[in-house]
Order: sequence, then C-alpha cells, then structure tokens
Amino acid sequence: MPKRIDPDTETVTFTFEGQIIRARPGDTVASALAASGIRHLRDSAVSGEPRGIFCMMGACFDCLVEVNGQPNRQACMTPVSQDLAVNRQNGGVEVKV
Amino acid sequence: MTRLKDVVIIGAGPAGMACAVEAAAKGLSTVVLDENPQPGGQVYRAIESASENRLRVLGHDYARGRELASEFRQSSGVDYHPGSTVWNIGPDRLVEFSRDGKSSAIRASHLVVATGAIERPCPLPGWTLPGVTTAGALQILLKTSGITYQDTVLTGSGPLLWLLAAQMVDAGSPPKAIVETVPRGRLFNALPELMTALGAREYLLKGMSMIRKVKRAGVRIHVGADDIAIEGSGAVSAIRFRSKGTEHRIATDAVALHQGVVPNQQVTRLLGCRHFWDDSQKCFRPKLSEDRETSCAHVYVAGDGGGIEGAKSAEMQGRLVGLAIAEKEGHGTDPRISELRLTLKREAHVRPFLEKLYAPSRQILHPDDATVICRCEEVTAGSVREAVTQGAPGPNQVKSFLRTGMGPCQGRICGLVVTSVISESGGKSPDDVDYYRIRPPLKPLPLAELADYSADIPGSRDTA
Repeated sequence: MPKRIDPDTETVTFTFEGQIIRARPGDTVASALAASGIRHLRDSAVSGEPRGIFCMMGACFDCLVEVNGQPNRQACMTPVSQDLAVNRQNGGVEVKV
Repeated sequence: MTRLKDVVIIGAGPAGMACAVEAAAKGLSTVVLDENPQPGGQVYRAIESASENRLRVLGHDYARGRELASEFRQSSGVDYHPGSTVWNIGPDRLVEFSRDGKSSAIRASHLVVATGAIERPCPLPGWTLPGVTTAGALQILLKTSGITYQDTVLTGSGPLLWLLAAQMVDAGSPPKAIVETVPRGRLFNALPELMTALGAREYLLKGMSMIRKVKRAGVRIHVGADDIAIEGSGAVSAIRFRSKGTEHRIATDAVALHQGVVPNQQVTRLLGCRHFWDDSQKCFRPKLSEDRETSCAHVYVAGDGGGIEGAKSAEMQGRLVGLAIAEKEGHGTDPRISELRLTLKREAHVRPFLEKLYAPSRQILHPDDATVICRCEEVTAGSVREAVTQGAPGPNQVKSFLRTGMGPCQGRICGLVVTSVISESGGKSPDDVDYYRIRPPLKPLPLAELADYSADIPGSRDTA
C-alpha cells in the first residue's frame, strides 16, 4: 500500500474516470494516482491486458492516459493541475477525422 | 531565422547543469532544454522542492544536488527551458523541440547530450502487471511526491537496489523482502577487481553501510535468486523464485525490478554517432574522445549517457565538456581540464568491481521463450529467436518481422534485450548484431503541432 511521508495536505483535485483524486502541487498525474492506490491506467493496445506505471521517468510509455480528451499522454510526465479530466486508455487510439 | 547558440545542452541533470554553468561562465551563449519541470535529472529529481523530511530520507548524496541546482539557477547567461521535449535533431545540429504544445528549433554550434541513463530492461514472467515497477520508479515517487509503498519486494541486483532499500527503511516502510539475483561465487569472481576499487573506497564503505542498515531493519534477504516469476491477475499478487535450492513464494502487491542502469542511447543513435559494446557494463556506449566528443563533430556526451559512472562523475564530465568547448571557441585552456580528467579516472576505479559483482542475471539477459521482452508490442523472446532462425540478422529486421521497438517507447525498454537475444541465438557479438536505428520523432508529438511547425522563428534577433 502507498503512503505519503510528508504531512502536507492535498490541495489540488482532478478526476480519474470521474472519480475525484486529491493531489499535491508537485505531483504528476501518475504519482497522484499511485498515492490514491490506483494502479490500472490503461489496457494494452495488443492484448488488452491491464498496465500501470513502470518507469516514472518518461521512458516506457506504459502509463499512457487520456488527459482532457487528448489521448497518449504520459501520466508520469503530466503535472497535476486543478480540474484535469483524466481517463483510462483502452487499447489503441483511433484517429478522429 | 533560426536562433544560433554556442552550446545547446539536452538534459538538466548533474551533467547538463554543470556543463551549462561552465559554458556560460566562459561567455558562451548556452541553452538547456529539459523535459522535467525542475532541474535535477533523475538523480536529483525534485531537489528544489523536496521537504526537509524527504531530504533526510533520501540522504546526503541527494541533498548535495541542491548546491548544484542553485549554482545552475544563479548562473547568468544560461537560457533554461524546462518542460521541453526534444523530438528531432537535424543536420547541422538543428534541435527541434516542443514546449507548451508548440514546437520551435535552435541551431547549436556545439551540442551536448546529457540525457543520462535508463534502467536496464528486466524481462521476467509477469513484469507487465500493474504493481510491478522499476526500482527507479519507486525512488522517483519518493523524491517527487514523498510516496513510499509498504510491503514491497525489491528484486534484482546493484547499488541502486540497496540505496532504495535503505531509503525505504528511513522512510518507515522497509521492503518486505529483497530477492537478490547475484549468483553464488560472483563475489569471489569480482575479488580481483577489489584492489582497484579501493582507490575509490568511499563508494564501497557507503554500500556496506546501506546493506547493514537494511539488514538491521530486519528485512528478509534471499540471495542467489533465480527462476523469478511474478504472479497476479489484473495486478501483481505474489512473486515466486528459487533461492539456495528452495522454492519461495511471497505475497505482495508491489514488486520493484532492478539490474543496474544503462546509457539512454536515443539521441546519440538518432544522430548516428558510433557506438560500441562494453562487455563489462553489458551495454552499448557512444565512442567518445578524451573531451567526450562523439564521432559526430561538435556533438558531446556528458554524464551517464556516455557510460555509467554515477552522479558525481556526471557533474565533473559536464564541467569538462563545458570547459573543452570554451577552449575550442578560443577562450583558452582552463587548468581545471586536466584536474577533472584525473579525478574522473580515480572515481572510475570502483566500476570494474561493481560491474563484475552486479552483472545482470542470466534470466534477464536470456529470458525464457514465453517471456515478453517488448512491452509495447508484447513480443516474446521465443518469437525473436524464431525470427533469427528465419534469417533476421539484427534488431531492425526483427523489428520489421515482429514490430519489436515499434510501439510508443520506440525500443527504449526492449532494445538491449532484443540485441542480447539475437546475439545469443545467432552466435554473433553484440557489436555485430548492433542496435535499433532510431528515427524521429524521438517522442510522439501531436499531428496538429507538427502541421503547425516552422523551423524559422520570425522576429528572432540573433540569427544564423
């Protein structure tokens, strides 16, 4: 189970799949979700298997999520900000024309 | 007109920061592009905003990064662009990058690649399950957000694994167990390198004190572990392995993998710099001159992207490159150049011992046929072996057969394992097998941004 070691309080909120997530300034979407115990961030485009954070430094692209309607955003490279709408990414991304 | 700068540095870790400080102090126009919101790279990540509590838990060597970050911030003449993702480098070192959803370009007289290291891929059964991360990922969570996991099992080998374990002890969440993959007899094999390593003995002492701390905290340590498999449905629930001839199974919801770090080759490969296989570090490194210039003129590598030597050396290499470029630009020879070269040699003394002791384990260098090695495209080691028997001579042919390295990570995670599997099944050296050809964009960028792109920046006063 994750826990925070600093006593600060969460002052930023955003949503993940409609659920309100409380975060701290300096968090990334990935770290805030990790602190909330959310591990499943996307489904693989190949097999549909669940995936979560892996490298946390922008190398592996396993934490791809949809942020404010934009797919393929790296959750670990996206700083939290108030009222972001983050969604799980299911499979591949379809190009909308 | 495109802006022309004397020095463009990619990365604001210890190497990039130190290089910028030295180049700017010599009066060179210096730009630093970095993906992260704050300077520090991975090793000093979030160094400017870490709480006192986090600084205590993360230790002295981390806290030291504050001095360098502050030197970097106070250095006038460094044009620092955090949150910038470099996605291409064209002819004549035209560096194209995205920032705030817009792309721009800077032309560099001298380009310094300070993009550091990534963790060595650790393909094991079940390693794609949520809850399985790299050890570095857990350390980044601790640095940026003060998050630790309770009851984590750390698996693999290397100094970072012990450092993280010690930091987790200090954070009040000691790991549930350490499953160390160093085989029996490895220490004995590494002993011939010990005399040299004593030349940089502070690293050995620090390592021993970390191991003592973890042991004193009562962490269960399983040595010589092999046949590791991670279990779970939807997320990790347990780890299985064999140690000293006995099967073990530990229930856990968090597993962290580590087998050392390796240079991040994306930029130097994109540029077409010559690389060679370093059998001691078991990775490719770019071929560098004494001043750390690559085979591409005016392109330098500072820090672990040129070979793994650690944060302290990365900083010194950054300074060395900054001073060497200044010398080429006619600012005279700085006496610190020869001092830095000497100290760097001394610092490197500990490496052969560590490299022999913590060489990656058999299981991750030669994964079983059923193990997925390319996480993005879910390609197994077995299918890569099959492609080799069908005639694929190297990673680029395997890529077109199987899509390995064609997913969003562009081979960052699977590259070395793919080379290793091809090398083993084809009976060729890693140098002969070689590596993926890396193409732009280095990171995906939205089509709209690309459509909107123009390399010429109107209204810019300093011109090419």
